[in-house]
Amino acid sequence: MLVQDMEQIFQDKIDREIKIEPKDWMPEAYRKTNLRQISQHAHSEVVGMLPEGNWISRAPSLKRKAILLAKIQDEGGHGLYLYSAAETLGFSRDEMINDLLSGKAKYSSIFNYPSLSWADMGAVGWLVDGAAILNQVMLCRTSYGPYARAMVRICKEESFHQRQGFDALLVLSRGSKEQKAMCQDAINRWWWPSLMMFGPKDSESTNSDQSMKWKIKRKTNDELRQQFVDMIAEQIKTLGMVLPDPALKWNEARKHYDFGAINWEEFWNVVKGNGPCNKQRLAARNKAHDEGDWVREAAKQYAEKKRNRAKEQAA
Amino acid sequence: MHSSLIDYTIHLADSTHILSQRNSEWCGHGPILEQDIAITNISLDLLGQSRNFYQYAASLMNNDTNEDQLAYMRSEREYKNLLLTEQPNTDWAHTVLRQYFFSQFQFLLFEQLQNHNDPQLAAIAAKSLKETTYHLRWSGEWVIRLGDGSEESHQRMIVAMDALWAYTGEMFIATPYELISGIDFKALNENWLAKLQLLLAEARIPIPENTYFQTGGKTGTHTEHLGFMLTELQYMQRTYPNCEW
Amino acid sequence: MSFQIIKHYYGDIPEENSGSGIEKKEVVKTAWPLWEVFIRSKQGLDHKHAGSLHAADAAMAIENARDVYTRRMEGVSIWVVESIYLHASNPDEAESLYEPANDKIYRHPTFYQLPDEVNHM
Repeated sequence: MLVQDMEQIFQDKIDREIKIEPKDWMPEAYRKTNLRQISQHAHSEVVGMLPEGNWISRAPSLKRKAILLAKIQDEGGHGLYLYSAAETLGFSRDEMINDLLSGKAKYSSIFNYPSLSWADMGAVGWLVDGAAILNQVMLCRTSYGPYARAMVRICKEESFHQRQGFDALLVLSRGSKEQKAMCQDAINRWWWPSLMMFGPKDSESTNSDQSMKWKIKRKTNDELRQQFVDMIAEQIKTLGMVLPDPALKWNEARKHYDFGAINWEEFWNVVKGNGPCNKQRLAARNKAHDEGDWVREAAKQYAEKKRNRAKEQAA
Repeated sequence: MHSSLIDYTIHLADSTHILSQRNSEWCGHGPILEQDIAITNISLDLLGQSRNFYQYAASLMNNDTNEDQLAYMRSEREYKNLLLTEQPNTDWAHTVLRQYFFSQFQFLLFEQLQNHNDPQLAAIAAKSLKETTYHLRWSGEWVIRLGDGSEESHQRMIVAMDALWAYTGEMFIATPYELISGIDFKALNENWLAKLQLLLAEARIPIPENTYFQTGGKTGTHTEHLGFMLTELQYMQRTYPNCEW
Repeated sequence: MSFQIIKHYYGDIPEENSGSGIEKKEVVKTAWPLWEVFIRSKQGLDHKHAGSLHAADAAMAIENARDVYTRRMEGVSIWVVESIYLHASNPDEAESLYEPANDKIYRHPTFYQLPDEVNHM
């Protein structure tokens, strides 16, 4: 069979909404794109544990602490599902983690921003998870089977993440003067980075929509971003807070909210490593990994010993 | 009688709460993702247990107090947790060994406490016992794995044993308020030691000969570590008092 | 034929100097094996593939499967098997293109490689 025919069969499957499974033939670029996207997604979950992890020890009530711990633990679990999905593409988790620790692999830039107050736990849940969920709901229908299945599982578990964030902010918004200020401040700091999570404007992407054609992605950056703005602009009314964008306004003709210009210079700088916390995040991951080295090695040696003893006994 | 029950319940709450707080420090920093999730699960279980105990204690106190008041507004000298639970994590060896010490103790304790004539205490013990069974297995397996694993892990376990052993005795030296538990602490200690010896033999870790144990946690005289923990733990409630969160 | 993907979506940041490249490195010496997890969520049902995880031994794999895939529900039954011992069939349409021995589903770095005569085309 010719490669062209293979590609034809492959595209035909995609068009007919048949999922691609690990052992199916796939174009090399499809494999690479999926591998990169899934591993970056996995890294994002794991690095995303850090800014929220900051507040576990200082959570203001036992209930909030339990929710926060459960949520961060979920993120670890989601990282694990995603690494597993990526591993079906022929790249081991250790290799992916090496790439993360060396700074070669990227993760979502949003986690390079600091979490400075308790209200940030609410804002991260509401805005960051809210943005992520739009992306993830779309990805439940992505064309690569293991990725789609991981996303279905993740979306099921994640439904409470955004809610708990909004709920935490709601309590603050109805609280003392200090609590209200804390709430508004967190929204001010997380709003723009959340919009950046969807990536550059469609008009700046020169490429034909290969990812759309392969149904890895099903909506463009701008479509998802607009969906997010429309959702948040309504929800914030319940909080009685404001979004830090004077240009935010309902556009009756478009039936969407208009919003102001995103600072792309900041975005690219954070991607490149110049964000407020890039170095700390990577340092924390490296430290955990390095300090875990002897633990992993010991468990491995013990497993070997046990196997050998079992063999000796059998002999 | 009544005040003993309150003190005892608060003691159980504080120990599980402080150990939960320690274990939660691993969340996001574990040696491998799977074990990060496992230790966080244990932290969550312990937090859940402590909330049950705090809520029960609050209900016994019959005033306006609640679980958060008890957890966040009492000082270091009022905390009644075991000294063992407030010791720093140091490394994975210390963490799993401490968890084993505690879980084995908790397991034997709750086995009896689930038959206590105070129905609420008995119910919490029965519910917690299921979780504790899991913690015990998890931590016991890790003690063996590290004790009998690599040369380095073996050495680290010896160091951990040396650091933590002196805090184990306190579990079995009853304070007056613990008499309400109806537990035979001497028998509890013997059972605990018997289990420990079996495990440590498999893990190739010797039991230290020193039997001079540190005490005081259960009556509010702690090591220097607790003050720092509470400073962080209570920061929000102390900075912004009388708020809903 | 090669596709250049420049579209930047969330979680898919540009390729230069980023993403998980695919050049193989030395495999880390402390890597724990990969295990496939099968769970029977209720008596009377079959065990169903739930996912995979890394563990040093079977006991650890089972405990972790409980932590990760069941959130420790009572009464479930868990099977774990090291992924290298799992054998899989090949999809039909590509039959002729695969090395027959390439049947380990846990890792297939080269399965998309075509036989030489096809590569020449």
